[in-house]
Amino acid sequence: MEETIVRQIGRDDATRLAALISTAELQKSLRRPRSLFSFAMNFVTASLTFIALAPLFSVVYMLVVRGVHALSLAVFTSLPPDANEAGGGFGNAIAGTLVMVAIAASMSVPFGILAAVYLAEVGPETKLAKFVRFSAKILSGFPSVLAGVVAYGAVVLLTGGFSAWAGGVALSLLMLPTVILTAEDAIRMVHPRIREAAIGMGATTTQTICRILLPTAMPGILTGVMLAVARAAGETAPLLFTALFSNYWPFSRGASQLSGPTASLAVLIYNFSGSPFDNLKDMAWAASLVLVVLVLAINLIGQSLSRRRVG
Amino acid sequence: MATTLERPIVDARPISRPPTKREIYSDRGFRLLTGLFAWATVALLVFIVLEIGAKAVPSMKTEGLGFITGKVWDANAQQYGILPQIWGTLYSSAIALVIGSILGVAVAVFLSERFLSTAVFKLLKVFGKQFHPFWGKLPDQLDALLKNLIELLAAIPSVVYGLWGIFVIIPLIRPPCNWLHDHLGWIPLFGTSLSGPGMLPASLVLAIMILPTISAISRDALVAVPPKLREAAYGLGATRWEAILGVIVPTAQIGIIGSILLAFGRALGETMALAMLVGNANVISVSLFSPGNTLAALLANNFPEANKANVGVLMYAALVLMAITLVVNIFGSLVLQHSAARTRGAR
Repeated sequence: MEETIVRQIGRDDATRLAALISTAELQKSLRRPRSLFSFAMNFVTASLTFIALAPLFSVVYMLVVRGVHALSLAVFTSLPPDANEAGGGFGNAIAGTLVMVAIAASMSVPFGILAAVYLAEVGPETKLAKFVRFSAKILSGFPSVLAGVVAYGAVVLLTGGFSAWAGGVALSLLMLPTVILTAEDAIRMVHPRIREAAIGMGATTTQTICRILLPTAMPGILTGVMLAVARAAGETAPLLFTALFSNYWPFSRGASQLSGPTASLAVLIYNFSGSPFDNLKDMAWAASLVLVVLVLAINLIGQSLSRRRVG
Repeated sequence: MATTLERPIVDARPISRPPTKREIYSDRGFRLLTGLFAWATVALLVFIVLEIGAKAVPSMKTEGLGFITGKVWDANAQQYGILPQIWGTLYSSAIALVIGSILGVAVAVFLSERFLSTAVFKLLKVFGKQFHPFWGKLPDQLDALLKNLIELLAAIPSVVYGLWGIFVIIPLIRPPCNWLHDHLGWIPLFGTSLSGPGMLPASLVLAIMILPTISAISRDALVAVPPKLREAAYGLGATRWEAILGVIVPTAQIGIIGSILLAFGRALGETMALAMLVGNANVISVSLFSPGNTLAALLANNFPEANKANVGVLMYAALVLMAITLVVNIFGSLVLQHSAARTRGAR
């Protein structure tokens, strides 16, 4: 091998080539600046990534350390305590959060799915569809506090008071774009052959959509709904001045309580976090733990649904 | 056996027949209904803009542009100016963006170049385990786990971040910040001491909150870089980082910039973390440690006890916030659309 090279290019050139190869670019050594740079950047990127993860672990650690010891059964069944009063809980805030999220979902889910059906099936390429997609994108980028401002203007000022309904309207504004965009994707993901088979059998658009497409796309749609619900459950800013807060149960005197101020976990955390009293701070941590567990559980359910659809 | 054969193959009202009159009409009705809701989405956006705009008009007339340039917010004296809030909104978002995009892009590169799986593969190779069925799958699972963990950062509600900021971030950064103020106080950035809430803690928490947005969208942009470019770079003898910095990141740069713009839009409108951490002081200062205020925090703090006169000016402030975020968001989505079109072209 060596001899053939030497014969072909001459001895001088061959030695020069050998020298070049042995010192050379192909060799990887940390003493070479470019390899050293690469190594250093590997290190920097890896450490930045782990720095980015540190807050997650810190939050979880704090929630467990400070939240768990304040957790008890009473926390779920009783009303918020007074300053420096032992015991108490935030059952009304949990109930309020669930009620308002349910109100928001009952408004935004049918609305969102019907709009998504239009986007995916009825008129996917029309000008209206482009407008709708654009509007949904703009709405999803809206600051959540503005949803509260709108609900304040449209519901609170109109009805003359803070209420769970106003909170639900604010949250539904935040959920709607997520529901529309994910439901459209989910309907589009249905294999074209299924749709063609239905149309080939003479089904109308409505029959294709309601009997074939929506049931097939349901796991995907539910995933989007779950994501939206999880986001809405953690929102605080729009609830601060639509549902306000209350120290009472949302249902203690029948459903009429819903048209008065209503408690929610997120607002309770906000209110109690700035309090100088230790028992209220503990409540804030316990409520955070409950809220995070709730939000993560909804997220996980949503993700497991979408995984089943793929599998 | 016989029973299964006897079962009717088609049900009573088979779909495979021409639609009846009723079905045709209900079909038209349903299409109309979906169209109606599609229109309603557009109408909703218009309604939101008009709702805030119309309620802001009276105070726009009385306050005029002095509202935007005024520096005092005193409800008792009927003096309203939101320059400190605008400054605080932009300044806190800018700091958060610097920190968040360094971390976010690093995470995106780490995930898209599969650093973790490469490292684990190398480690396993040292132990001679690379072909074991279980160990062989491990690196991919680690990558997916890391991606999910970063996405979990986005799932935590902002009010929990605010609480965490009050009890963890502020005590953690106060000593080093005050040391900086004592020793380097002549630099305007460190001009005041950190007494508790302030710009820096708020921006730090904000950076953590926008990091998942940046890393997720940037990662998509980086993954979309055609493999040929990567292979060509390595074929020319580039080291891993020469390939990343010279070829991959420049190809994906529009996507990365778009992700940063979208994150900027999100940071401008983020409310709770700032309302809890920024200090709610109407101060314009370049110091990282001085308290400040933002538009969103102003709205969150003042709406609950707003009266008739107040609502007007608050709506005006909301309109300003909406205008700023709309411009940034529209610009960001346009950039992202452009980048998607470009990478499709490159394939």
